[in-house]
Amino acid sequence: MVGAFCVGGGYASIPLIQTQVIDVHHWISFSEFMDVVAISQMTPGPIGINAATFVGTKVAGIGGAVAATAGFVTPSLIIMIALAKLLAKYGDMGAIRGVLNGLRPAVVALIASAGVMFLTLSLWNEEKLPAVWSDPDLVSTIVLLVSLVLIKKKICGVIQTLVGSGLLSLALHFFIK
Amino acid sequence: MNNSVVIDKKFYWELFKSTFLISAFTVGGGFVIIPLLKAKYVDHYKWMSDKEALDLVSVAQSAPGVVAVNAAIIIGYRLAGYTGAAVTLLATVLPPLITLTVISYFYDAFAHNYYVQILLRGMQCGATALILDVGINLLQKELKKKLLLPCLIIFGTFIANYFFQVNIMYLILIDAVIGYLWLQDEKYS
Repeated sequence: MVGAFCVGGGYASIPLIQTQVIDVHHWISFSEFMDVVAISQMTPGPIGINAATFVGTKVAGIGGAVAATAGFVTPSLIIMIALAKLLAKYGDMGAIRGVLNGLRPAVVALIASAGVMFLTLSLWNEEKLPAVWSDPDLVSTIVLLVSLVLIKKKICGVIQTLVGSGLLSLALHFFIK
Repeated sequence: MNNSVVIDKKFYWELFKSTFLISAFTVGGGFVIIPLLKAKYVDHYKWMSDKEALDLVSVAQSAPGVVAVNAAIIIGYRLAGYTGAAVTLLATVLPPLITLTVISYFYDAFAHNYYVQILLRGMQCGATALILDVGINLLQKELKKKLLLPCLIIFGTFIANYFFQVNIMYLILIDAVIGYLWLQDEKYS
């Protein structure tokens, strides 16, 4: 049962997992699945892994979670190492270089896009630019600005910033709300 | 493999520790974790160059699977071969595995806890600041080269992705074709 999930989970994005676990294998119900997606988004870690782990646990306990995760990442592991080898071997070829030269700016754009999306999500709780420019969330604004300054001044590293911003937000809530 | 990096026990520990912590404290999907990995590997440890990191992320994004996991694997492999890939993979999947297994037993209490929500919201703001910092730095560097087509790719991809929610897979495909057709010249590397 879990082994079958591994195959289904392998290439999956959320909709694919959905078809597999609900329609094909009837492991969980649709409303449970919606909970899975919500939880996966609000807990740390890659969403796909979170979803696979959560479903695995529901279906078969801790063993299920481990099996689901392993099934989920094994195809990635094989494909990525194969691609890395090809890249090392043929990376200098004109065609490959051209493709990478086209993709590099694309990745920069996608990172920028994620940045803007997270900016509005943090301040206005919306992924898109808000239709009405209401006041941004005060605590979030302070935390964001403090984090930015500390990063720019190289006072805080990545992990200090993540942990610190969570704690700062907690602390501020006692004073402001 | 990268010769400028000393591959010893300390390196593996740093690789594991930083990847584990980033995965453990980052809420959100692929393009949230990737800038943070970039900030750590490239800007802090200087294990690879901007260009190399972006190349690897491009490959990770083009392949099936979760982009954050793909990126962790290929970066680990580039840095330290099979062991490197195993270390980064393990460090990426362990934190969600642990937290989710625990949370799935009492997720109602977790999801509706006021303090948990505030903590996560704050960490999201910290992640936002980190992504913006990485994003702005990369943008500045790309735009400074003053090459028309790469700049057009940046703006086109950004607008299509952010404003029109065009699927990333299509964008990657289009940009790869553009690169293949017009960006093979040495000056674009």
